[in-house]
Amino acid sequence: MAVVEVRGLSKHFGDVVAVDGVDIRSEEGEFLVLLGPSGCGKTTLLRMIAGLEQPTAGEILLGGEDVVGLPPRARRIAMVFQSYALYPHMTVANNIAFPLKAQGMDSELRSAKVQWAAELFGIERLLQRRPRQLSGGERQRVALARALVREPTVFLLDEPLSNLDAKLRAAARDDLMEFQRRIGITTIYVTHDQVEAMGMGDRIAVMDHGKVRQLGTPEEVYHHPADVFVAQFLGSPPMNLLESANHLFGFRPEQFLPEGIAKDETDRVPFTFHVNRIEYLGSERYLYGHIRGHDKTKIIAMLPVTVTLPIAIDEDHKFSVARDQLRFFDRDEGHKIPPQALDA
Amino acid sequence: MTWQDTDVPALRRRAERRHRLGRFGTYSAAILFAFFAAFPFTWALISMFKESSDLYVKDNNPFWFNEPPTLEHLRLLFLDTNYLTFIRNTVVVGLAVTLITLALALPAAYALARLRLRWGERLGIAIFLVYLIPPTLLFIPMTRVITNIGLQESLLSLVLVYPTITIPISAWLLMGFFKGIPMDLEEQAMVDGHSRIGAITRVVLPLMFPGIIAVIVFAFTLSAHEFIYALAFNKSSAVKTIATGVPTELVRGDVFFWQSLQGAVILIAVPLALIFNAFLDKFVSGFTMGAVKG
Amino acid sequence: MTTTAGRKRYLSDNPRYLAALFMSPAVIYIIALVGFPFVLAIVYAFTDISTGNPELDFVGWETFRRVLADPVFREALWNTFLFAVIANVLVVVLATALAEVLTKDFKGKWLVRFLVLLPWVAPVSLAAITWLWTLDSIFSPIDWVLRELGLITENVYWLGRPASAMASVIAVHTWRIVPLAAVIVMAGLIAIPSEINDAVAVDGASSWRKRFQVTIPLLAPIIAVAVLFGVILTISDMSVVYVLTRGGPTNATQVLSTWAFIKGIEGGALGQGAAVALFLLPVLIGITAVVLRLARRREVL
Repeated sequence: MAVVEVRGLSKHFGDVVAVDGVDIRSEEGEFLVLLGPSGCGKTTLLRMIAGLEQPTAGEILLGGEDVVGLPPRARRIAMVFQSYALYPHMTVANNIAFPLKAQGMDSELRSAKVQWAAELFGIERLLQRRPRQLSGGERQRVALARALVREPTVFLLDEPLSNLDAKLRAAARDDLMEFQRRIGITTIYVTHDQVEAMGMGDRIAVMDHGKVRQLGTPEEVYHHPADVFVAQFLGSPPMNLLESANHLFGFRPEQFLPEGIAKDETDRVPFTFHVNRIEYLGSERYLYGHIRGHDKTKIIAMLPVTVTLPIAIDEDHKFSVARDQLRFFDRDEGHKIPPQALDA
Repeated sequence: MTWQDTDVPALRRRAERRHRLGRFGTYSAAILFAFFAAFPFTWALISMFKESSDLYVKDNNPFWFNEPPTLEHLRLLFLDTNYLTFIRNTVVVGLAVTLITLALALPAAYALARLRLRWGERLGIAIFLVYLIPPTLLFIPMTRVITNIGLQESLLSLVLVYPTITIPISAWLLMGFFKGIPMDLEEQAMVDGHSRIGAITRVVLPLMFPGIIAVIVFAFTLSAHEFIYALAFNKSSAVKTIATGVPTELVRGDVFFWQSLQGAVILIAVPLALIFNAFLDKFVSGFTMGAVKG
Repeated sequence: MTTTAGRKRYLSDNPRYLAALFMSPAVIYIIALVGFPFVLAIVYAFTDISTGNPELDFVGWETFRRVLADPVFREALWNTFLFAVIANVLVVVLATALAEVLTKDFKGKWLVRFLVLLPWVAPVSLAAITWLWTLDSIFSPIDWVLRELGLITENVYWLGRPASAMASVIAVHTWRIVPLAAVIVMAGLIAIPSEINDAVAVDGASSWRKRFQVTIPLLAPIIAVAVLFGVILTISDMSVVYVLTRGGPTNATQVLSTWAFIKGIEGGALGQGAAVALFLLPVLIGITAVVLRLARRREVL
């Protein structure tokens, strides 16, 4: 059965609709990512699942039971916050022990569990330190240890990597993934970073303005976006979108290749690409320009460095995209539509 | 995940019950606090309109009127005493003291907060220590000094001396507020071509508005409350403030004009409490920054 | 720009010059108007100056000896300390509770805030007079209520008996200071990051556990500030005791500040008054040091 399920979940703050009728089912052991820009409602959704906010409408089911009305501690969830929220005045050991103390566990069992949790994350030697003496990565581990010491059924994380600097982030991400796989706990992870989402999620729920735009695997949301928002939110640089007669069509920068480069030249749609500017980024080249016939739209092409073909700026070049890589969207509503005929 | 061993609806009921208990607790506590804080004032509010024949009867209900209320005592307060003069004096002194306090404490607070001085830390502590020296110690020699400069029996004596009480605490408050404003703003202004003083006046001071308000309210209140210096320096009625004038004029020997006294208290306390209440949030944010740092 | 003219023009940007400029008015003012009388007070204590004998005749430790020999002085010293400690312990407990209430949302909060501020904003001398009637031996409204409820038959002579007089003085001090302390603690409560409160909720702590194991330890530095203010206000205040009991009955509620006033101004013995008042300093500094040390031990951030 689904470990976490929300049905028709909404949250209104006065006139502001933060979460608008969301339905999600999360499977056992799954790493589900809630992805979206700030203000899209992902954190509010997470907090409702945790029990820190009360929904205006809808149901929240954990393990099949509707938990609306239950306080966080009764829901068997654990949460890691953006700032980790470690208790500054307690030692690491006491931080980890705190939820157990709150349960009324006796001190012998408590110390055993604290030891177990600390060993799980390799922080045994930090047990007597205080949070202010720890590095960002160490603090994350303490937060994780505190969360897991209660052996919860669901694990909620609210952008836990955003406070780390870039170098640490990759290592911390790796740690997090490895440990989640090891324990196999159902996890819901909130982030605005689509690279993180793609790298970590088994499935991604892309959210905007309180609604889930699409829920699918990274492959699904990247290659088969349900609407313009998803198409442009995922992918860096974002998908190129062009207007045509009565619809929109798009293709990703890495799919926009010079003629002759693609392995399979069958059924490719040709374009005349006028290049204005080139950025050399080491592993790839970004070409900025526009397509003849759509002079107002900025187009980006991304060539891996292995493509050594010289491209001159302020010149037209023949580029093409495979027809089955084109994506079509309704011009007014933005949702995806079946492939259309192209003019121009 | 199984809930087999738990009765979820019971958990929900327990949570609801705990929540309601919490609300009950909050309301009860709020009512209790409000009651104990205000009950002397409720009595005062009633008494100021009570006939003496009603008031001075041991078994009469002190919290309501047994005889019709009267404005007699307020009339006495306003017409037969110098109450209005006291109010005027208090306001004048309050405003002057507040201005002096701001003029001296603002720059000092800025220097302590921003300009890293070797002796800065110590000076900050020294200023706080000055606050520890109570007027009850200083007022005897201070009276001598005031008399020697010939300022006795004048409002100027108070205007001169009160800032010694208001400046240390205001400087400390303002220091907290200054520390809460990022340095980048001044630096940006200086890069844009202003001198440091220009940067301060144009950029920092407008942001200090809540802190300045807090100091104005605090300094004004402190000078309106002050009793010892006022009592020691000014004995003639024309220059008394509310804090000294009301008790001395409305207590003649052993006779207390209770009703008028209560009228005086209510007429001062209520407006002040309204003003404080309105500015409370700004006040609180200022303390946060000041206290966290030291 | 290294010419002297250039250097002068940018003098107003030189931090050290600016610091001196900004600090000197306040510093000079305070040294003149606090430092000088302070020194003078010390000088007075070493003379036998009085209104009858306004000459500064140096008498060594004689004035101090006289003051210390007086049993009332010892009573006053003890009371000063006692009142300050008891009143402020009460203040801490009540103000913390009140601060927690005021940070919650409930109907009528504005009214409660208004009422709760009244004790602090009313000038001390006037509030004390109101309390004088509230505790009056004949007309006290408190006694009236107690009589009506049948709990007592005769009035409690609040201010006429030593124990109840002391309790009354302490109560009035507490009553007055709780609003200020509550505002200070409120500031501390708001400063606690909301994610910490969320973490406590998720960790499953009951509200009492949360209060004592998380909130109050994190509030410790701010509570120290509130206590400091409270202690200073209690010890340096003269009006409450003076108005309520004038130090009676038979000096049971005498404190250093009132005793200094009675000796120095009413009695005319200025030197003795100054000597008594000087003892306020060690009491104040002593309690301040203790509070700061207690706070530092719990220093968190």
